[in-house]
Amino acid sequence: MVAQIIFLVLTLAAIALFTVNLRKIIRNIRLGKPVDRQDQPQKRLMTMLRVAFGQSKMVVRPIPAFLHFFVYIGFVIINIEVLEIMIDGLFGTHRIFNGLGGLYNFLIGSFEILAFTVWVSCAIFLIRRNILKLKRFSGVEMKSWPKSDANYILITEILLMSAFLLMNAADAKLQLLGASHYVNAGAFPVSQYLINILPSSESALVILERSCWWFHIIGILAFLNYLPYSKHFHILFAFPNTYFSNLEPKGEFTNMASVTNEVKAMLDPSFVPAETEPGKFGAKDVTDLSWVNLMNAYTCTECGRCTSVCPANITGKLLSPRKIMMDTRDRITEVGQNIDKHGAEHQDGKSLLDDYISREEIWACTSCNACVEACPVNIDPLQIIMELRRFAVMEESQAPGSINAMMGNIENNQAPWKYSPADRFNWAQES
Amino acid sequence: MAELMAAGEEPEILFWVGCAGSYDERAQKITRDICKILHHVGIKYAVLGTEESCTGDPAKRAGNEFLFQMQAMTNIEVLNAYNIKKIVTGCPHCFNTIKNEYPGLGGTYEVIHHTQLIQDLINEGKLKAEGGESFKGKKITYHDPCYLGRGNGIYEAPRKALEVLDAQLVEMKRCKSNGLCCGAGGAQMFKEPEKGNKDINVERIDEALETNPQVIAAGCPFCMTMLSDGIKLKDKEQEVKVLDIAEITARANGL
Repeated sequence: MVAQIIFLVLTLAAIALFTVNLRKIIRNIRLGKPVDRQDQPQKRLMTMLRVAFGQSKMVVRPIPAFLHFFVYIGFVIINIEVLEIMIDGLFGTHRIFNGLGGLYNFLIGSFEILAFTVWVSCAIFLIRRNILKLKRFSGVEMKSWPKSDANYILITEILLMSAFLLMNAADAKLQLLGASHYVNAGAFPVSQYLINILPSSESALVILERSCWWFHIIGILAFLNYLPYSKHFHILFAFPNTYFSNLEPKGEFTNMASVTNEVKAMLDPSFVPAETEPGKFGAKDVTDLSWVNLMNAYTCTECGRCTSVCPANITGKLLSPRKIMMDTRDRITEVGQNIDKHGAEHQDGKSLLDDYISREEIWACTSCNACVEACPVNIDPLQIIMELRRFAVMEESQAPGSINAMMGNIENNQAPWKYSPADRFNWAQES
Repeated sequence: MAELMAAGEEPEILFWVGCAGSYDERAQKITRDICKILHHVGIKYAVLGTEESCTGDPAKRAGNEFLFQMQAMTNIEVLNAYNIKKIVTGCPHCFNTIKNEYPGLGGTYEVIHHTQLIQDLINEGKLKAEGGESFKGKKITYHDPCYLGRGNGIYEAPRKALEVLDAQLVEMKRCKSNGLCCGAGGAQMFKEPEKGNKDINVERIDEALETNPQVIAAGCPFCMTMLSDGIKLKDKEQEVKVLDIAEITARANGL
């Protein structure tokens, strides 16, 4: 009974804490500017099913896709086991689903195999990051916390899977010993190999089985509450993020309605623009970005596929699309903390542009869309870069000199070079 | 275009030449070859000539939405005045801008890139590869322009135009949706690159040369500049030609 109460309190506390943090993140995302992503629900649903559920963009890199698939499918399927643990924990039952008979054996057997493949995959991931030191996982933005974050996630998953398998091994051995309370249930294709290394005394086995059971479930509840602070948040946000992702051709950039009004008024003095609230052009800080940009930032799992295909980054420039996303998340988190501490009106005098992302970074972008194409969860770093450029150019007139010259030429000669408009048709004369 | 209008005629298609195609000496050759192809197949086309002006693409990618929309609305006014329905462009940037960004500002047209036109003409049997230079067995590698490929998902049209040559098509390691940018997009064409350890066009040329090609095919005047500069830098101008799909098509047909 005491165990059940402790279990209930822990579970409720974990869910409450997670809800508080999740609501904060959603509040932060809502600080972004509105953008309509409710159109074409069917196409959006298909995109989410294909890209998030179906992992369609992962296959470009087969080795991590293969390993990630095991961890992903393991995560999804083993949640059925978590449901059983929840019921057992609350009602003091043991292996409540065993009434399913043959199906139960099949389920537990599959969980074991999945747990094993998750374990092995995570171990390989750790080796890739820390021993093979793959280039994709390095870079200026991947020092300190982001580096440890990745390792904490992988180690936690290995520990959780180890506890699960050890728990089953102890359970299986107790079943063999005919211990009371341990009904004959489940199949143990993996943990059967652990049975021999376990102690043979029944009380020791019970302690082991219970410890692993508690470790497993407390670990899961703790991990749930780690998510909001971690890049691992993608396991939840990959779904809405792909659902609300851009469905238009990647080459198409938004036309700013605020500008359209002013240009129309300029070209036609009789034009009366619809009332719009005056805002700034482009983005200086995260709150000038759209909510989709901010959701993108929370979804990013820092895998670095974007940076590894970025032509600027490949050739040694400062720009890294992954850093753009990480900076955006760090800044929106900071803005959120300021609101919690000092209220909504507080200004800390910092901004995304300059305090986090430098001018050198935004001007190195070729707008080639390689980063957008590469992202397995449809994040769009390019849009953030463009919004920062818009601010630099339209609010501050702070473009590189040669860009100003190019724009001057378009204004004066209707071409980006210094040629006379009268010569535009000269190509037809020569041959 | 003004002349056709005065004669009370309408073109089947408007050829949007673009700034590079109008002023850049290298790109002018491509422009003339596109005209030769249009003429060869007997399509009644027109150009705006001095009435054409920059689509606003480089201004928009540089962040100057004002200048972009000024250009766009001026162009749309001209295009609508001539009652233009269908446009072929010689540049993926013009193509992307007119096709995707003009409709929201009141300019809706059927827009195709010249490689799509060539593909259509091949499919219709109007264009073959005969009567001109033979590319049979030659090693050709095609560089995907970002605003044609990733930007608009057009990967097959330019390749179709090359397949008909009976040449040996070799793909670079990074091609199609994974293609590497030439380094000119996003208004980079008009500025010096940021500090780094290599220029993007050199990175791309190194990759292209790995395929040991006789011809590097392009579909964009900016890629053309970047790739040609790269080839010059590598001192390979004699062995490797950088040619636009339109130029290759025109040569193969003896135009």
